[in-house]
This record gives sequence, C-alpha cells and structure tokens, in this order.
Amino acid sequence: MEANEPDVRIMKGNEALAEAALRAGMHAYFGYPITPQSEILEYLMAHGQKRGAIVLQAESEVASINMVYGAAGAGRRVMITSSSPGVSLMMEGLSYIAAAELPCLVANIQRGGPGLGTIQPSQGDYFQATKGGGHGDYHLIVLAPASVQEMADFVFDGFRLAETYRNPAMILADGALGQMMEKLVLPPAGSLPHRVPEWATVGKPKKRERNIITSLHIEPEKMEQINLHLQEKYRTIREKEVRFETFHTDDADIILVAFGLSSRICQKTVELAREKNISVGLVRPITLYPFPKSILNTLADIANAFLVVEMNAGQMVEDVQLAVNGKKPVYFKGRMGGMIPSPEEVLREVELIAEHHTVQA
Amino acid sequence: MTQVIEGMELVYEKPQTMTDAYLHYCPGCGHSVAHRLLMEVVQEMGIQDRTVGVAPVGCSVFAYNYMNIDMQEAAHGRACAVATGVKRVMPDKFIFTYQGDGDLAAIGTAETVHTINRGENILIVFINNGVYGMTGGQMAPTTLIGMKTTTSPYGREQATMGYPLKITEMISVLPGAFYVTRQAVHTAAAVRKTKKAFEKAFEYQKLNRGTCFIEIVSNCPSGWKMTPVESNEWMEKNMFPLYPLGDIKVPTQLN
Repeated sequence: MEANEPDVRIMKGNEALAEAALRAGMHAYFGYPITPQSEILEYLMAHGQKRGAIVLQAESEVASINMVYGAAGAGRRVMITSSSPGVSLMMEGLSYIAAAELPCLVANIQRGGPGLGTIQPSQGDYFQATKGGGHGDYHLIVLAPASVQEMADFVFDGFRLAETYRNPAMILADGALGQMMEKLVLPPAGSLPHRVPEWATVGKPKKRERNIITSLHIEPEKMEQINLHLQEKYRTIREKEVRFETFHTDDADIILVAFGLSSRICQKTVELAREKNISVGLVRPITLYPFPKSILNTLADIANAFLVVEMNAGQMVEDVQLAVNGKKPVYFKGRMGGMIPSPEEVLREVELIAEHHTVQA
Repeated sequence: MTQVIEGMELVYEKPQTMTDAYLHYCPGCGHSVAHRLLMEVVQEMGIQDRTVGVAPVGCSVFAYNYMNIDMQEAAHGRACAVATGVKRVMPDKFIFTYQGDGDLAAIGTAETVHTINRGENILIVFINNGVYGMTGGQMAPTTLIGMKTTTSPYGREQATMGYPLKITEMISVLPGAFYVTRQAVHTAAAVRKTKKAFEKAFEYQKLNRGTCFIEIVSNCPSGWKMTPVESNEWMEKNMFPLYPLGDIKVPTQLN
C-alpha cells in the first residue's frame, strides 16, 4: 500500500470498531463475551496485545466496567464493549464513572430484549443510553453509527468527546451493524494524541497534592455543587456537540426520523416514496445525546407530519415529540424483539400518513 | 515538621503518608491502626510516589481522606476489579485495595476470587470484623454463628443464614495467591506482626508473582455494642478460634 493511499477494507462492523480502537491509540480494553459483539474481544485478543494494548477478558461485565474505572482513573484511554444484557450490568459502574468524571468509550451492540431476549438486532436500549441508565442525574454522550465506516470513525469521535468532557461516551449500535460486512476506509493510526491528565491517580509526587477519584460527597451542599457542575457540562455538550444528517428535508411534507440501522432503511423508504410522488425527507440523529432538537423544531414549521421509525416500542419518539412540541403530529412505526422493519412496510405507514394529511388539507 | 520539645526525645511520629484529617473511626476500632501501619510501610519503603490505593464501600470508604497517596474510591465490592484496571495499565506501580468483610466477601466475592485467580500483582487488605459497621451493624458473611447483629437479632442461625465464610482459606488454594496471612492489630505484638506482613507484601509485589492477601481480624466496638477493651477480649475468645491468626500460604521459592 502506498503511504497516502486510503486503507480500504471489507470488514465486519465489530472488527472495524476493534481495529479503529487500536488505531485510535486505545491503551486498555476490558471485555466479556456476549453475542452479537464477541468479535470485538476476539479481535483485540488476537491483535491488540501484539500492538501494545492491554486486553483482558474479565469475569463479568460488572467487573469489566470497574476495571475501566480503574484504568481510566489512571488517565489511560480505555474502551469497553458489550451487548444489551451485559450493558445493563454496567449501569452501576457507568453511574460511578460519570460521577467521577472519567473519560472512557463504551459500545453497546444492541440485541432484542427485555431479559435475555434474542441475539438479533434491536434499538431497545435508547432510553438506557440517552437518559443516564444507572442511578442519579448523569448522561453519556451517545453516538449512533449507521454503517461499518461509522463503526470505525465514531471510535475516534467517542474517545475525543470523552476526553474533552471527562465523560463516558457510548457508541450505540446494533447486532446488524456489528455483524454485517461493508467496505470502509480505516482511519490512520496516530491521529488522536493522548497525554496522561493531571488529575490521574498515578502515584503522588512530593510536590503535588494527592489525586483522588471518587463519587462520594457525603455533605449534601457539596453533592449539589457536583451535580450543578455536571449539569453545566451537559449544557455545554448540548450546545456544542449536536450532530445529525438530513436527507431530502427541504421540500418534505413528511419527515422520517430514525437513527442507526433504521435510518438506512428509511433512506430507502424516502426514495420509494419519492418515486410515488410523496415528498418525504429524513432526519438522522447522529448524536442521540445531545439530541438534535432544534432542527426538528425548525422542520416542524415546514413539514406536515413526522414519522419516527425505531427497532423498539417507541423510545426516541418521545424526544422527537418534545422537540416538535405539538407543532405537528408525530407518528411512530416500530418493530421489536430483533425484527427489522422493511423499507416497504415503512412506506405503507408513509402512505397512510400522506392520505390522512391530504384529506385534512 | 514535628516540633521536638527541648530536652525531650522524639519516640513517635505521624508518618507523612498520613494526612492531618481527624479519623472518623469509632474509639478503639482497628481501622485507624491498620491505616497507619500500611502508610508507615509506604513511607519507610519510600514508595509514596509509586503507590495507588483503592478504597471500598464500608467504614473505610473515606480511607482516601487519611492516606496521603493517590487513591480511587470503588463501588461496593468492586475494589479488586478497579485495582486490576489500575495495575494493568501501570504494572510498575504498587497497588493495594483496602476492604471490609461485606465488601470483599459478600458483594465483591466474584471480583475477589477472580482477581486472585488471575494472580494480579496487587495487595488486598481485608479487614474482618464480622459486621457491616458503616450501615449500622448488620450481619456480614463472616458473622459468627449465634452472633447478634441488627439483621440477625436473635443470633446468626446456620439453618437460615448460612455459615461464616472463611474466604481467606478459600482463596489461599488458588494458584494466583502468592502470600496469604491472617493478622490482628489489637496488641503491640499483633501490630508488629501485621506491619511485617505489609512489608513482605510490598516486597513481594515487586516480584510480580501473584496476589498478596492480608486479612486483619478486627473489632467493631460500636457494632458489637461493647467497650473497646471488651470487644478485643470478645474477639480473642470468639473470632480467633474460627479465624486463627498466622500465615496461611507463604512463598516457598522467592526467585
């Protein structure tokens, strides 16, 4: 390969994410096997240690997330991945990590739930990912990839955001994105510099005060201050880090809103609808937290209706409703339990909405 | 610096590895002594700048207020997992956890066992007083049969509450355990032995040969509803027969 030639590969989403983590200079990874994301641990066990990363298979997700706490507290670039039931087990640890303001990257390759559920793809963990998930008032920064390319790219974005804001970031993907193979251009190594931060617990030299990583502040006055500080941080994140994509929204009567895999399906629906002369557009939130509220609110002045498409019982739809704020009707189409909606079945919903709004008009 | 009064001899000094904060521990509690011994050893070995401690949830949750070193406060039971994370990214540093019986032997059992089974090169300090002190004296996994606590008000009954967990013996059979000993801090002689054990454990950590595990059988005057003196007598009479002091596993080959 020539030096400046792009590194084009065909890879599984899970492997692309793992390879990207190594190229992003990840120092340590703590994992536990669970379908449909075990390839990440397998790939890193095979390739990570040889390339200088610490890779450890823990005894549980409860242990692995706390290993992340320790390594992140020592100022290292750390990643952890799992799938829905395993991510549930990490909620305690993530609450502590967010409270102690430790940067780390989490990937949830979602599968259908609740409970042990299924190993097929789902988007059923939207609430858990975007509203905190564990106890207390905190947020993760949540990125939703929709391609194998983004499975790799968002690793870099995730680490950068986590370290900028000293906050855990999450890549919220699903089993299909993890398992499917696509062409991608792998990001080059060495583009994301890292330095062990001042606050890290690495051993106290004589001349500095000791560093303490903790989330315990027993005095309520102090704990309220910590909360106010966190809320201020989340406000900044909401102001600066919103990312989304629009597709044919300029003249759209009906706006589809979908993230991740659903947005790929909806893109096809937009094309099918336009072939039938129904002007449909798509808003695809890339950051789920912070949520792209204002674009939806603005589009509510132009479009007639919204249709939210998710692989769950209706979770992001609540954030869309809040953003649209009653200006226009917000409809929902969902499949659950590992089922993926087809572009045609979304189109049928679009046609019903179009009919209804034509009648009204 | 310590001010020495003219004409007097300095025989005892607070190590610089302890902060000036007042200890919140109850009068007569063994935690303060254990903290100080551990920090004395860190000071004497000159490893303050290379030591990171992990505090538990329990009475010693505030250990980081007293130990003048870099520390992390772990979630309940997770200290060994946190220490694993710290040690793996900084294998040349001295890492220890400091945990009570509820933290280490109930909610954290899996983390404790697997950390030692991996032979993580850390020191685990385990304070066993048979009771959840911080939350007000509830039954612990190490509570003795017949012992009254707020959640075993008629005494721990084996049939419904199980047996006292001898976790130190359990983990001593793991190949990852390098040095396992059970000590106390209630007498001058016990204090000297415990200090020696801490010294050995930090020396062994340099060898990268496995986990060092030091149990300290201790008292809980408040939780046991006794005076400090009574609690130490009760501990000798009732705790030591089930949890006998001494080395459980010592390295046979150091090279």
